Amino acid sequence: MMNRRNFLKKAAAASAMAAAATMIPGILFASDQIDKKLSGDINWTKGPCRFCGVGCGVLIGTQKGKAVAVKGDPNCSVNKGLLCVKGYHQIMCTSSADRLTKPLVKKNGKYVETSMEEALDLVASKMKETIEKHGKDSVAMYTSGQSTIPEGYVASKFMKGAIGTNNLDCNARLCMASAVTGFLTTFGADEPMGCYEDIEHANVFVLWGNNMAEMHPVLFSRMLDNRLNRKNVKIIDLATRTTRTSKAADKSILFKPQSDLAIANAICYELINNGWVNNSFVEKHIAFNKGKTNIGYGLEDKFKFKDKATPIDFDQYKSFLEDYRPDKVEAITGVSAKDIKYLASLYGDPNLKVVSFWCMGMNQHTRGTWINNLVYNIHLLTGKISQPGNGPFSLTGQPSACGTAREVGTFTHKLPKGVVMNKKHRELAAKIWKVPYERIPDKPTYHATEMFRAVDRGDIKFIWTQVTNPLVSLPKTSRYRPAMQKDSCFVVVSDVFPTPTSDVADVILPAAWHVEKSGLYGNSERRTQYWDKMVEAPGEAMPDAWMTIEIARRMGYGDLFPYSKENHHEEIYNEYRQFHAGKKHNMAPLEVLKKQSGVIWPYIEETGKSTQWRFNSKYDPACNQDKDFDFYGKPDGKAVIWQRPYEPAPEIPDNEYPFWLNTGRVIEHWHTGSMTRRIPVLHQAVPNAYVELHPDDAKQMGIRNKQKVKVISRRGTTILPASINERGLPTKGQVFVPFFDESMMINDVTLDAFCPISKEPDYKKCAVRIEKV
Amino acid sequence: MPIKSYVAFPRKGEKEQLIKVLENTKHCEVLPATNKEVLVLVTDTKDDQQEEALQQILDSIEEIEHLNLVSGFSEKIT
Repeated sequence: MMNRRNFLKKAAAASAMAAAATMIPGILFASDQIDKKLSGDINWTKGPCRFCGVGCGVLIGTQKGKAVAVKGDPNCSVNKGLLCVKGYHQIMCTSSADRLTKPLVKKNGKYVETSMEEALDLVASKMKETIEKHGKDSVAMYTSGQSTIPEGYVASKFMKGAIGTNNLDCNARLCMASAVTGFLTTFGADEPMGCYEDIEHANVFVLWGNNMAEMHPVLFSRMLDNRLNRKNVKIIDLATRTTRTSKAADKSILFKPQSDLAIANAICYELINNGWVNNSFVEKHIAFNKGKTNIGYGLEDKFKFKDKATPIDFDQYKSFLEDYRPDKVEAITGVSAKDIKYLASLYGDPNLKVVSFWCMGMNQHTRGTWINNLVYNIHLLTGKISQPGNGPFSLTGQPSACGTAREVGTFTHKLPKGVVMNKKHRELAAKIWKVPYERIPDKPTYHATEMFRAVDRGDIKFIWTQVTNPLVSLPKTSRYRPAMQKDSCFVVVSDVFPTPTSDVADVILPAAWHVEKSGLYGNSERRTQYWDKMVEAPGEAMPDAWMTIEIARRMGYGDLFPYSKENHHEEIYNEYRQFHAGKKHNMAPLEVLKKQSGVIWPYIEETGKSTQWRFNSKYDPACNQDKDFDFYGKPDGKAVIWQRPYEPAPEIPDNEYPFWLNTGRVIEHWHTGSMTRRIPVLHQAVPNAYVELHPDDAKQMGIRNKQKVKVISRRGTTILPASINERGLPTKGQVFVPFFDESMMINDVTLDAFCPISKEPDYKKCAVRIEKV
Repeated sequence: MPIKSYVAFPRKGEKEQLIKVLENTKHCEVLPATNKEVLVLVTDTKDDQQEEALQQILDSIEEIEHLNLVSGFSEKIT
């Protein structure tokens, strides 16, 4: 029998071994040391990890009604038993002393505890009153890529089907929207075509602005393991800053911010110029389009943009690429022609299998849709796509950015299947939701940034946020924090912990955490993962989905939400599955998901298997079996190569603001830190944010390591300690700040420019100056 | 009191000696990597005094290049 102390020692050892594995490629420990078989009276339940979009399988140990331990699920093919340092410690946040357990209502400027019944009554009456007074488009919901599938589904049904407004958007707009528009414009179907097993087949990994060692550490370990065990495997880090990923890579190529557009086009120029195009693949499966240019940056309120696709031919595309000859783009990119030719040679070599990975570097970009298109162009020209080890792979940041935000569709323009602009899609939603078809509006309203601008303008008078912390994560919070404090908008915040967002709420609703409710997530490789509730939520905390249902019932929509409290997650999932019936997006039945560590859709009913590689008829029964490849998201079955130029960032360093500001994450902290900063070991590891400077810049300004400096932009200022030659190394003229620290608000400084197509903000590029405090 | 785990980096060529030293240090358990000059150290102390004393001992071990704290559990954690 193992006692609790021995158990904790084993957990601590396992954490350290996992941490070592992320730091040191290929490290091995003797198998008897990593025997994590734990006995005793601990009950282990499977589920996905709460943090990040990789979707590692975890086993949560519960004892006497409490979650006491976490280990990696060896039966989950995603992580094969490995977790990162966040994963191992995730449950520790739930016992935080400041956990929200009772609803709080602001009265005379102070929060007063109330019962959940009273709080829900108040929220429902305020929402109803606001609609009666100002119309249905005066209320909004802002949810999350961390919402479960049932939570996202009922939010969509409530706002679009019951109330009849498209004022629903989510924080995945801030991280994944460019990936979505990239997929839709190129393939007509969202989400990657491959799966993580690509890692075991590929020879070359090109990481486009993606610090995987810190952001997707388990996948990165899998990649390093693959390099260790096979010959002829290379990792190329293509980035604007030297990171832990760069150090582990075989080659690190640094480029100037925004110039990835030119690099991708230059690679395509080289592919064509050297005769490395897969002509047969291109002839059979590819169409060529160009879109509008000089498309703006969304800096002004109520910015509108609609792209227009114009068909072109291969020769026109080839001629366009003349401007991107490697030697011509050296000045824009800072990358030598030799390095661009080297990259092209890897993509162009028919004997090498290549996977391109990316995440926020390409998505949080004012030309995010374009750069997604351009990397697809490389894979489409070479035919290196939809095959084991060959493919472009957009990774997600949040655990259900795919499953909830993208598949359920918690964006203003989306429905669980399709978009609000499409009559057939509205008809399907109306049929399943049992609402009049006319109730679902046919035009999108506010995407995330514009939603908070509308709050600032007074157009939105009621907003309810769930599972997200926008007043730390939005760009330019220096505008949106005062906006949310205005009396013109009633703010409701559902969360597990107090945050800067709940600080401005009129009503705070305590939410159940991950393992305190049953749910489903969908990860980066289209894997749907189910978990059972493992422990009770404290106090009056309840699942977000059930809060939405309670509010809907109070507002008179009870007939549309006939779910039971005990099994609402199952009933909702079974209803939702109807939207995706059919070969192209079939979701696995719940009974299957309960038994396995996730299933990759489309789920094949006949065989009970996942579809690992879409659009390839060898693996995907949804393809026209007369073709080898079938990009069935497009009516003609052809993927599109887009002609997209390089265009500069909206704000570039000048004499007054001479540095680029890049923001991002660190391995120890999850997004805005509301959970991981409450985990003592993670908080102690990185207790505060900092600003990374290049040593030459620091020397020139007389700034020493740890010295406090001001980071100042045209929007705002924050003070942080300098970090010189520590974790990351920005290029000269660039600084980097992680955004997890609510006491050092870097998003007061960032710019709310966005990609005009995806409406995803660019957190990676704006101009700042640095001053000593 | 805390159970802590560290990734320990020995000084060059001192891995075996460091393992011996740590194995003979009270409250320490050592898990060496089999193919790299790195080891995992797990410590288990019963009170503040013991923890502080152990920290001083660890600080004085010359074979340690540096220690990276990875995790810390206390009995209050549930």
